[in-house]
Amino acid sequence: MEEWIIDILISLAKTLAFFGVILLWAAYITLGERRFASFFQNRLGPNRAGIFGLLQPLADGIKFMMKEEIIPKNANRAFYLLGPTLFITIALIPWAAIPFGDTVVIAGREVKLQIVDLNVGILFMIAVSSIGVYGIMIGGWASNNKYSLLGAIRSSAQLISYEITMGIALAAVFLLSGSLSTRDIIIAQMQSPWHWNVFVQPLGFIVFFVSILAETNRVPFDLAEAESELIVGYHTEYGAFKFAMYMLSEYINLITASALITLLYFGGWGIPFVDLGRLGLSVNLAGLISVIVFLVKTGFFVFVFIWIRWTLPRFRYDQLMNLGWKILLPLALVNLFGTAVVALLV
Amino acid sequence: MFIHTFGPVAIQIAFAIGMALFLLIFTNAIGPKKYNPVKFDTYECGVSYFNDARGMFNVKFYLIAVIFILFDIEAVFIIPWSVIFMEFKKLGLGLFILGEMAVFLGVLVLAYIYIIKKGALKWD
Repeated sequence: MEEWIIDILISLAKTLAFFGVILLWAAYITLGERRFASFFQNRLGPNRAGIFGLLQPLADGIKFMMKEEIIPKNANRAFYLLGPTLFITIALIPWAAIPFGDTVVIAGREVKLQIVDLNVGILFMIAVSSIGVYGIMIGGWASNNKYSLLGAIRSSAQLISYEITMGIALAAVFLLSGSLSTRDIIIAQMQSPWHWNVFVQPLGFIVFFVSILAETNRVPFDLAEAESELIVGYHTEYGAFKFAMYMLSEYINLITASALITLLYFGGWGIPFVDLGRLGLSVNLAGLISVIVFLVKTGFFVFVFIWIRWTLPRFRYDQLMNLGWKILLPLALVNLFGTAVVALLV
Repeated sequence: MFIHTFGPVAIQIAFAIGMALFLLIFTNAIGPKKYNPVKFDTYECGVSYFNDARGMFNVKFYLIAVIFILFDIEAVFIIPWSVIFMEFKKLGLGLFILGEMAVFLGVLVLAYIYIIKKGALKWD
């Protein structure tokens, strides 16, 4: 077979594996979130379907599918359907550039555990995920419901505000690694845990973390949903599986955000004080361990997001905007300029 | 090679679109369908709905969007600068490129102060 056909087949296999893992993972976060929420509130949570409630996501999925699909008569039909479709499509694409492990060797070929190693990796991810705003805006506008529209407008303003601080916080990371490729950024942090960007850039990490929390619409920034004032915000009119599509995409975005934190600030698949290459393991075993380490770190940050959600109260909208524009933006600029000055002196 | 970089991205996008369309069409096909005029009304917290939802909203949101475009373009210029910073430092031009960015950020900060003084970011 020709070389490029094999390459295409390999990337097809990687894409298929990714879809299986990510959908299962997102489905199980719904269970994880409900279980952890219950534990935080001193109750048990869903534990009837299967052992420890492990079949609950499956039951939820089937229930969502069996429900009647309703399109409100005042809604704009085409855009009403486009909203969730666009949102879940956009949520799935950024993972093309995330490296979930080192390399393995299959049949004499070196395969990177990443769908594709773009030299503009992070830029590609930010560019794609910022289109997600349209999924929310279109869905909220097309529903023709006051709560949906208010939720969508709030959400859009919030997402675009925090995108700027996120971009500038990231620029400081690019300055140190000299590359936009996700793999290069991880390799630049490999020497020791003290090279992890979280220690090199503590201020940048705080700005980035708060921004990504706002970007994923999580508490304390879930003004788009704010169930005490807006029902559930932009997806008020959505039922059955279209609602599930919005929820699923939000959880996929949560995983993407956790993976971004892991690879940008916590050394990707690096284990503190252990050099996988020097342990004398076979390449494939080391590759497998790297995947496990990456997934564990990402899983931990998913848990942190859930933890924050059930710990902190919600912001008021003016506080949210002030935090983004008047505190985080100057901090991000100071961080970027300070990093540049220090990088010049060292 | 184009096919080695953006070929897999194209596959990913095709899969994502296929997945979304599959979910949309498949789940629409298997659910029950019973018509009831009230059921298709817009939701309005228990009372029947009135007016179209697409009325006026606070102009602040529009202002935020305009300011966003300006600042996002700044970010677009900052990112390539940060990527090549280290190479300039190796060439001994570090102070030059830092000065360039200082001028650029200076203008940005002036604009930022103007925006705040005008009260564009004030939410009462």
